[in-house]
Amino acid sequence: MSDSQGPLWEVFVQKKAGQPFVHCGSLHAFDKEMALQNARDLYTRRNEGMALWVVPSSAITASSPEDMGSFFEPANDKVYRHPTFYQIPDAIGHM
Amino acid sequence: MENKTYEDLFEAKLAKNEMIEPKDWMPENYRKHLIRQVSQHAHSEIVGMLPEGNWITRAPSLRAKKVLLAKVQDEGGHGLYLYTAAETLGISRDALLDNLHTGKAKYSSIFNYPTLTWADIGAIGWLVDGAAIMNQVMLQRTSYGPYARAMVRICKEESFHQRQGYEIMTHLAFGTPEQKAMAQDALNRWWFPTMMMFGPPDAESPNSENAMKWRIKRETNDQLRQRFVNQTVPQVEYLGLTVPDPKLKWNEAKKGYDFSEPDWAEFKNVISGNGPCNKERLGARVKAHKEGAWVREAAAAYAKKQNQSIAA
Repeated sequence: MSDSQGPLWEVFVQKKAGQPFVHCGSLHAFDKEMALQNARDLYTRRNEGMALWVVPSSAITASSPEDMGSFFEPANDKVYRHPTFYQIPDAIGHM
Repeated sequence: MENKTYEDLFEAKLAKNEMIEPKDWMPENYRKHLIRQVSQHAHSEIVGMLPEGNWITRAPSLRAKKVLLAKVQDEGGHGLYLYTAAETLGISRDALLDNLHTGKAKYSSIFNYPTLTWADIGAIGWLVDGAAIMNQVMLQRTSYGPYARAMVRICKEESFHQRQGYEIMTHLAFGTPEQKAMAQDALNRWWFPTMMMFGPPDAESPNSENAMKWRIKRETNDQLRQRFVNQTVPQVEYLGLTVPDPKLKWNEAKKGYDFSEPDWAEFKNVISGNGPCNKERLGARVKAHKEGAWVREAAAAYAKKQNQSIAA
Protein backbone atom coordinates (compact mmCIF):
# COMPACT_ATOMS: atom_id res chain seq x y z
CA MET A 1 0.00 0.00 0.00
CA SER A 2 1.59 3.26 -1.08
CA ASP A 3 1.53 5.84 1.65
CA SER A 4 3.13 9.16 2.53
CA GLN A 5 4.37 7.24 5.57
CA GLY A 6 6.73 4.98 3.62
CA PRO A 7 6.28 1.25 3.03
CA LEU A 8 5.26 -1.27 5.69
CA TRP A 9 7.88 -3.49 7.37
CA GLU A 10 7.47 -6.57 9.55
CA VAL A 11 9.57 -6.70 12.71
CA PHE A 12 11.08 -9.84 14.25
CA VAL A 13 12.76 -9.80 17.66
CA GLN A 14 15.19 -12.25 19.20
CA LYS A 15 14.82 -12.17 22.97
CA LYS A 16 18.08 -13.88 23.84
CA ALA A 17 20.98 -15.35 21.90
CA GLY A 18 20.11 -18.80 20.62
CA GLN A 19 16.36 -18.24 20.59
CA PRO A 20 14.33 -17.91 17.39
CA PHE A 21 13.35 -14.55 15.94
CA VAL A 22 9.66 -13.99 16.64
CA HIS A 23 7.32 -11.66 14.78
CA CYS A 24 6.25 -8.82 17.05
CA GLY A 25 4.50 -6.33 14.79
CA SER A 26 4.94 -3.93 11.92
CA LEU A 27 5.82 -0.32 11.23
CA HIS A 28 6.28 2.23 8.48
CA ALA A 29 9.71 3.46 7.38
CA PHE A 30 11.26 4.80 4.21
CA ASP A 31 14.42 2.68 4.13
CA LYS A 32 16.20 -0.20 5.89
CA GLU A 33 18.12 1.88 8.40
CA MET A 34 15.06 3.84 9.37
CA ALA A 35 13.05 0.63 9.69
CA LEU A 36 15.67 -0.81 12.02
CA GLN A 37 15.86 2.33 14.16
CA ASN A 38 12.08 2.65 14.32
CA ALA A 39 11.84 -1.03 15.27
CA ARG A 40 14.28 -0.44 18.12
CA ASP A 41 12.32 2.57 19.38
CA LEU A 42 8.95 0.95 18.94
CA TYR A 43 9.44 -2.67 19.98
CA THR A 44 12.47 -2.80 22.30
CA ARG A 45 12.05 0.12 24.70
CA ARG A 46 12.33 -2.27 27.67
CA ASN A 47 15.09 -4.67 26.65
CA GLU A 48 12.64 -6.98 24.89
CA GLY A 49 15.35 -8.15 22.55
CA MET A 50 18.99 -8.23 21.63
CA ALA A 51 18.63 -8.62 17.89
CA LEU A 52 16.14 -7.40 15.30
CA TRP A 53 15.13 -8.26 11.76
CA VAL A 54 13.07 -5.94 9.60
CA VAL A 55 11.53 -7.30 6.39
CA PRO A 56 9.49 -5.37 3.80
CA SER A 57 5.93 -6.65 4.22
CA SER A 58 5.65 -6.87 0.44
CA ALA A 59 8.38 -9.56 0.48
CA ILE A 60 6.27 -11.93 2.58
CA THR A 61 4.21 -14.64 0.94
CA ALA A 62 1.55 -16.14 3.18
CA SER A 63 -0.64 -19.23 2.93
CA SER A 64 -4.29 -18.40 2.54
CA PRO A 65 -6.85 -19.42 5.13
CA GLU A 66 -9.36 -20.68 2.51
CA ASP A 67 -6.91 -23.34 1.35
CA MET A 68 -5.79 -24.21 4.84
CA GLY A 69 -7.55 -27.58 4.87
CA SER A 70 -6.10 -28.99 1.67
CA PHE A 71 -2.77 -27.19 2.04
CA PHE A 72 -1.91 -28.86 5.34
CA GLU A 73 -3.85 -32.05 4.62
CA PRO A 74 -0.77 -34.15 3.73
CA ALA A 75 0.34 -34.05 7.38
CA ASN A 76 -3.00 -35.26 8.72
CA ASP A 77 -2.70 -39.01 8.07
CA LYS A 78 0.93 -39.55 8.99
CA VAL A 79 0.79 -40.50 12.63
CA TYR A 80 3.92 -42.64 12.04
CA ARG A 81 5.88 -39.38 12.08
CA HIS A 82 5.31 -39.15 15.83
CA PRO A 83 7.33 -41.14 18.38
CA THR A 84 4.23 -42.43 20.20
CA PHE A 85 3.24 -44.41 17.08
CA TYR A 86 5.91 -47.02 17.90
CA GLN A 87 5.71 -49.77 20.51
CA ILE A 88 8.86 -50.17 22.60
CA PRO A 89 9.08 -53.10 25.07
CA ASP A 90 8.55 -52.01 28.69
CA ALA A 91 11.86 -53.58 29.62
CA ILE A 92 13.68 -50.98 27.57
CA GLY A 93 12.27 -48.10 29.62
CA HIS A 94 12.56 -44.60 28.32
CA MET A 95 13.73 -44.17 24.76
CA MET B 1 -24.55 -19.92 -1.01
CA GLU B 2 -20.80 -19.45 -1.07
CA ASN B 3 -21.04 -16.49 1.31
CA LYS B 4 -23.18 -18.45 3.71
CA THR B 5 -20.43 -21.00 4.13
CA TYR B 6 -17.88 -18.31 4.88
CA GLU B 7 -20.21 -16.73 7.39
CA ASP B 8 -20.74 -20.10 9.06
CA LEU B 9 -16.99 -20.57 9.35
CA PHE B 10 -16.66 -17.10 10.85
CA GLU B 11 -19.42 -17.73 13.38
CA ALA B 12 -17.96 -21.13 14.25
CA LYS B 13 -14.57 -19.54 14.96
CA LEU B 14 -16.13 -16.97 17.26
CA ALA B 15 -18.09 -19.68 19.05
CA LYS B 16 -14.88 -21.63 19.66
CA ASN B 17 -13.13 -18.48 20.93
CA GLU B 18 -10.72 -18.61 18.01
CA MET B 19 -9.24 -15.41 16.67
CA ILE B 20 -10.09 -13.89 13.34
CA GLU B 21 -6.95 -13.05 11.34
CA PRO B 22 -6.47 -10.43 8.58
CA LYS B 23 -6.75 -12.87 5.67
CA ASP B 24 -9.84 -14.64 7.06
CA TRP B 25 -13.21 -13.87 5.59
CA MET B 26 -15.18 -11.49 7.81
CA PRO B 27 -18.53 -9.75 7.49
CA GLU B 28 -18.17 -6.23 6.12
CA ASN B 29 -19.82 -4.77 9.23
CA TYR B 30 -17.34 -6.55 11.49
CA ARG B 31 -14.50 -5.03 9.48
CA LYS B 32 -16.09 -1.58 9.61
CA HIS B 33 -16.77 -1.83 13.32
CA LEU B 34 -13.14 -2.78 13.98
CA ILE B 35 -11.71 -0.05 11.76
CA ARG B 36 -13.79 2.46 13.68
CA GLN B 37 -12.89 1.08 17.11
CA VAL B 38 -9.18 0.37 16.53
CA SER B 39 -8.53 3.67 14.76
CA GLN B 40 -10.40 5.58 17.45
CA HIS B 41 -8.22 3.79 19.98
CA ALA B 42 -5.05 4.68 18.03
CA HIS B 43 -6.09 8.32 17.69
CA SER B 44 -6.75 8.45 21.44
CA GLU B 45 -3.20 7.30 22.16
CA ILE B 46 -1.71 9.92 19.85
CA VAL B 47 -3.93 12.81 20.93
CA GLY B 48 -3.41 11.65 24.52
CA MET B 49 0.24 12.66 24.22
CA LEU B 50 -0.79 16.33 24.04
CA PRO B 51 -2.28 17.09 27.49
CA GLU B 52 0.69 15.38 29.17
CA GLY B 53 3.25 16.86 26.80
CA ASN B 54 2.06 20.19 28.18
CA TRP B 55 3.89 19.41 31.45
CA ILE B 56 7.17 17.93 30.22
CA THR B 57 9.00 21.27 30.33
CA ARG B 58 7.52 22.09 33.74
CA ALA B 59 7.91 18.75 35.54
CA PRO B 60 8.94 19.44 39.17
CA SER B 61 12.13 17.32 39.07
CA LEU B 62 14.48 15.65 36.63
CA ARG B 63 13.12 12.26 37.76
CA ALA B 64 9.54 13.38 37.11
CA LYS B 65 10.55 14.72 33.72
CA LYS B 66 12.27 11.48 32.67
CA VAL B 67 9.25 9.47 33.77
CA LEU B 68 6.79 11.70 31.93
CA LEU B 69 8.89 11.64 28.76
CA ALA B 70 8.98 7.83 28.89
CA LYS B 71 5.23 7.67 29.43
CA VAL B 72 4.43 10.03 26.57
CA GLN B 73 6.80 8.06 24.33
CA ASP B 74 4.91 4.88 25.27
CA GLU B 75 1.62 6.51 24.26
CA GLY B 76 3.13 7.28 20.85
CA GLY B 77 4.23 3.65 20.59
CA HIS B 78 0.76 2.41 21.54
CA GLY B 79 -0.74 4.58 18.83
CA LEU B 80 1.64 3.02 16.29
CA TYR B 81 0.85 -0.58 17.34
CA LEU B 82 -2.82 0.20 16.92
CA TYR B 83 -2.47 1.99 13.59
CA THR B 84 -0.71 -1.04 12.10
CA ALA B 85 -3.43 -3.29 13.56
CA ALA B 86 -6.07 -1.11 11.87
CA GLU B 87 -4.12 -1.20 8.61
CA THR B 88 -4.44 -5.00 8.49
CA LEU B 89 -8.17 -4.38 7.96
CA GLY B 90 -7.43 -2.74 4.61
CA ILE B 91 -7.24 0.96 5.37
CA SER B 92 -4.05 2.98 4.72
CA ARG B 93 -2.17 4.98 7.34
CA ASP B 94 -2.77 8.10 5.27
CA ALA B 95 -6.53 7.51 5.28
CA LEU B 96 -6.50 6.88 9.03
CA LEU B 97 -4.63 10.12 9.72
CA ASP B 98 -6.81 11.99 7.29
CA ASN B 99 -9.93 10.81 9.15
CA LEU B 100 -8.46 12.15 12.39
CA HIS B 101 -7.38 15.46 10.93
CA THR B 102 -10.69 16.16 9.21
CA GLY B 103 -12.67 15.26 12.32
CA LYS B 104 -14.30 12.26 10.62
CA ALA B 105 -12.85 9.90 13.22
CA LYS B 106 -13.23 10.41 16.95
CA TYR B 107 -10.83 9.97 19.84
CA SER B 108 -11.54 9.57 23.53
CA SER B 109 -13.42 12.59 24.90
CA ILE B 110 -11.15 12.64 27.98
CA PHE B 111 -8.30 14.29 26.07
CA ASN B 112 -10.40 17.38 25.40
CA TYR B 113 -10.01 18.49 29.01
CA PRO B 114 -7.13 20.77 30.03
CA THR B 115 -4.18 19.86 32.31
CA LEU B 116 -4.13 22.86 34.62
CA THR B 117 -1.77 21.72 37.39
CA TRP B 118 0.91 19.10 38.03
CA ALA B 119 -1.70 17.12 39.99
CA ASP B 120 -3.53 16.60 36.69
CA ILE B 121 -0.56 14.55 35.47
CA GLY B 122 -0.98 12.36 38.56
CA ALA B 123 -4.74 12.11 38.05
CA ILE B 124 -4.37 11.20 34.38
CA GLY B 125 -1.90 8.39 35.03
CA TRP B 126 -3.89 7.03 37.95
CA LEU B 127 -7.49 7.48 36.73
CA VAL B 128 -7.36 7.82 32.95
CA ASP B 129 -4.74 5.13 32.42
CA GLY B 130 -6.45 3.08 35.14
CA ALA B 131 -9.72 3.20 33.22
CA ALA B 132 -7.92 2.51 29.95
CA ILE B 133 -6.24 -0.56 31.48
CA MET B 134 -9.61 -1.94 32.60
CA ASN B 135 -10.87 -1.71 29.04
CA GLN B 136 -7.62 -2.96 27.52
CA VAL B 137 -7.28 -6.00 29.75
CA MET B 138 -10.62 -7.14 28.36
CA LEU B 139 -9.48 -6.35 24.81
CA GLN B 140 -6.49 -8.69 25.10
CA ARG B 141 -9.05 -11.40 24.36
CA THR B 142 -10.86 -9.51 21.61
CA SER B 143 -11.77 -11.62 18.59
CA TYR B 144 -9.50 -9.86 16.06
CA GLY B 145 -5.95 -11.24 16.29
CA PRO B 146 -3.85 -8.15 15.46
CA TYR B 147 -5.90 -6.00 17.84
CA ALA B 148 -5.58 -8.57 20.64
CA ARG B 149 -1.81 -8.85 20.15
CA ALA B 150 -1.39 -5.06 20.21
CA MET B 151 -3.37 -5.03 23.45
CA VAL B 152 -1.12 -7.60 25.09
CA ARG B 153 1.90 -5.38 24.42
CA ILE B 154 0.07 -2.27 25.54
CA CYS B 155 -1.18 -3.79 28.80
CA LYS B 156 2.36 -4.84 29.72
CA GLU B 157 3.52 -1.25 29.35
CA GLU B 158 0.48 0.49 30.77
CA SER B 159 0.89 -0.63 34.36
CA PHE B 160 3.85 1.70 34.88
CA HIS B 161 1.67 4.58 33.70
CA GLN B 162 -0.94 4.03 36.36
CA ARG B 163 1.61 3.49 39.13
CA GLN B 164 3.59 6.63 38.31
CA GLY B 165 0.32 8.61 38.38
CA TYR B 166 -0.66 7.25 41.77
CA GLU B 167 2.83 7.99 43.08
CA ILE B 168 2.41 11.65 42.08
CA MET B 169 -0.96 11.68 43.86
CA THR B 170 0.52 10.21 47.08
CA HIS B 171 3.28 12.84 47.14
CA LEU B 172 0.70 15.60 46.82
CA ALA B 173 -1.96 14.10 49.10
CA PHE B 174 0.56 13.57 51.91
CA GLY B 175 2.35 16.87 51.26
CA THR B 176 1.45 20.41 52.34
CA PRO B 177 -2.23 21.45 52.68
CA GLU B 178 -1.86 23.35 49.39
CA GLN B 179 -0.55 20.22 47.64
CA LYS B 180 -3.37 18.14 49.07
CA ALA B 181 -5.90 20.71 47.87
CA MET B 182 -4.31 20.55 44.42
CA ALA B 183 -4.70 16.76 44.41
CA GLN B 184 -8.36 17.05 45.46
CA ASP B 185 -9.00 19.65 42.78
CA ALA B 186 -7.55 17.36 40.10
CA LEU B 187 -9.68 14.45 41.35
CA ASN B 188 -12.76 16.70 41.27
CA ARG B 189 -12.15 17.62 37.65
CA TRP B 190 -11.09 14.21 36.31
CA TRP B 191 -13.50 11.84 38.11
CA PHE B 192 -16.57 12.21 35.89
CA PRO B 193 -14.71 12.60 32.58
CA THR B 194 -12.90 9.34 33.49
CA MET B 195 -16.24 7.61 34.12
CA MET B 196 -17.32 8.70 30.64
CA MET B 197 -14.36 6.81 29.12
CA PHE B 198 -16.29 3.53 29.35
CA GLY B 199 -18.89 4.92 26.97
CA PRO B 200 -22.64 5.52 27.27
CA PRO B 201 -24.86 3.30 29.44
CA ASP B 202 -25.48 -0.11 27.87
CA ALA B 203 -29.10 0.73 27.06
CA GLU B 204 -28.00 3.72 24.97
CA SER B 205 -24.77 2.45 23.46
CA PRO B 206 -25.29 2.13 19.71
CA ASN B 207 -22.27 -0.10 19.08
CA SER B 208 -22.36 -2.36 22.12
CA GLU B 209 -24.66 -5.07 20.84
CA ASN B 210 -22.57 -5.93 17.80
CA ALA B 211 -19.35 -5.58 19.75
CA MET B 212 -20.56 -8.18 22.25
CA LYS B 213 -22.01 -10.47 19.58
CA TRP B 214 -18.72 -10.50 17.67
CA ARG B 215 -16.70 -10.83 20.87
CA ILE B 216 -14.84 -7.62 20.07
CA LYS B 217 -15.84 -6.60 23.57
CA ARG B 218 -16.44 -9.17 26.28
CA GLU B 219 -17.84 -6.93 28.95
CA THR B 220 -20.31 -4.07 28.71
CA ASN B 221 -19.64 -0.39 29.36
CA ASP B 222 -21.61 -0.50 32.60
CA GLN B 223 -19.83 -3.62 33.89
CA LEU B 224 -16.43 -2.03 33.29
CA ARG B 225 -17.51 1.27 34.85
CA GLN B 226 -18.75 -0.52 37.97
CA ARG B 227 -15.48 -2.45 38.28
CA PHE B 228 -13.48 0.76 37.91
CA VAL B 229 -15.40 2.47 40.71
CA ASN B 230 -15.08 -0.56 43.00
CA GLN B 231 -11.34 -0.67 42.41
CA THR B 232 -10.67 3.06 42.64
CA VAL B 233 -12.64 4.17 45.71
CA PRO B 234 -10.29 2.47 48.21
CA GLN B 235 -7.36 4.15 46.43
CA VAL B 236 -9.07 7.52 46.89
CA GLU B 237 -9.68 6.75 50.57
CA TYR B 238 -6.03 5.84 51.12
CA LEU B 239 -5.06 9.28 49.83
CA GLY B 240 -7.48 10.93 52.27
CA LEU B 241 -9.30 12.53 49.36
CA THR B 242 -13.02 12.58 48.56
CA VAL B 243 -14.76 11.27 45.46
CA PRO B 244 -16.75 14.23 44.10
CA ASP B 245 -20.01 12.26 44.10
CA PRO B 246 -22.43 12.69 47.03
CA LYS B 247 -24.35 9.60 45.91
CA LEU B 248 -21.33 7.30 46.17
CA LYS B 249 -22.22 4.56 48.67
CA TRP B 250 -21.25 0.94 49.28
CA ASN B 251 -24.06 -1.43 48.38
CA GLU B 252 -23.61 -4.66 50.31
CA ALA B 253 -26.24 -6.49 48.27
CA LYS B 254 -24.39 -6.06 44.99
CA LYS B 255 -20.94 -6.01 46.61
CA GLY B 256 -20.17 -2.81 44.79
CA TYR B 257 -20.62 0.94 45.01
CA ASP B 258 -23.69 2.84 43.95
CA PHE B 259 -22.65 6.01 42.16
CA SER B 260 -23.94 8.89 40.02
CA GLU B 261 -23.88 8.66 36.27
CA PRO B 262 -21.67 11.25 34.61
CA ASP B 263 -23.41 14.05 32.73
CA TRP B 264 -24.12 12.36 29.41
CA ALA B 265 -25.19 15.62 27.80
CA GLU B 266 -21.68 16.96 28.48
CA PHE B 267 -20.22 13.74 27.02
CA LYS B 268 -22.18 14.18 23.79
CA ASN B 269 -21.21 17.81 23.62
CA VAL B 270 -17.49 17.08 24.03
CA ILE B 271 -17.62 14.20 21.52
CA SER B 272 -19.26 16.53 19.02
CA GLY B 273 -16.30 18.88 19.18
CA ASN B 274 -17.37 21.39 21.82
CA GLY B 275 -15.19 20.38 24.77
CA PRO B 276 -12.76 22.84 26.36
CA CYS B 277 -9.76 21.74 24.24
CA ASN B 278 -11.11 20.04 21.09
CA LYS B 279 -9.90 22.77 18.73
CA GLU B 280 -6.52 23.06 20.43
CA ARG B 281 -5.90 19.27 20.31
CA LEU B 282 -6.89 18.77 16.72
CA GLY B 283 -5.10 21.97 15.71
CA ALA B 284 -1.88 20.70 17.31
CA ARG B 285 -2.18 17.35 15.47
CA VAL B 286 -2.81 18.95 12.09
CA LYS B 287 0.03 21.43 12.60
CA ALA B 288 2.50 18.67 13.53
CA HIS B 289 1.45 16.63 10.50
CA LYS B 290 1.80 19.56 8.11
CA GLU B 291 5.10 20.73 9.54
CA GLY B 292 6.46 17.19 9.30
CA ALA B 293 5.62 16.90 5.60
CA TRP B 294 9.08 17.99 4.45
CA VAL B 295 10.69 15.28 6.61
CA ARG B 296 8.54 12.57 5.01
CA GLU B 297 9.27 13.96 1.54
CA ALA B 298 13.01 14.14 2.20
CA ALA B 299 13.05 10.58 3.60
CA ALA B 300 11.12 9.31 0.57
CA ALA B 301 13.49 11.13 -1.83
CA TYR B 302 16.54 9.71 -0.01
CA ALA B 303 15.15 6.17 -0.11
CA LYS B 304 14.43 6.52 -3.82
CA LYS B 305 17.98 7.73 -4.51
CA GLN B 306 19.46 4.84 -2.50
CA ASN B 307 17.38 2.33 -4.47
CA GLN B 308 18.50 3.87 -7.77
CA SER B 309 22.17 3.68 -6.83
CA ILE B 310 21.71 0.01 -5.86
CA ALA B 311 20.04 -0.71 -9.19
CA ALA B 312 22.76 1.15 -11.18
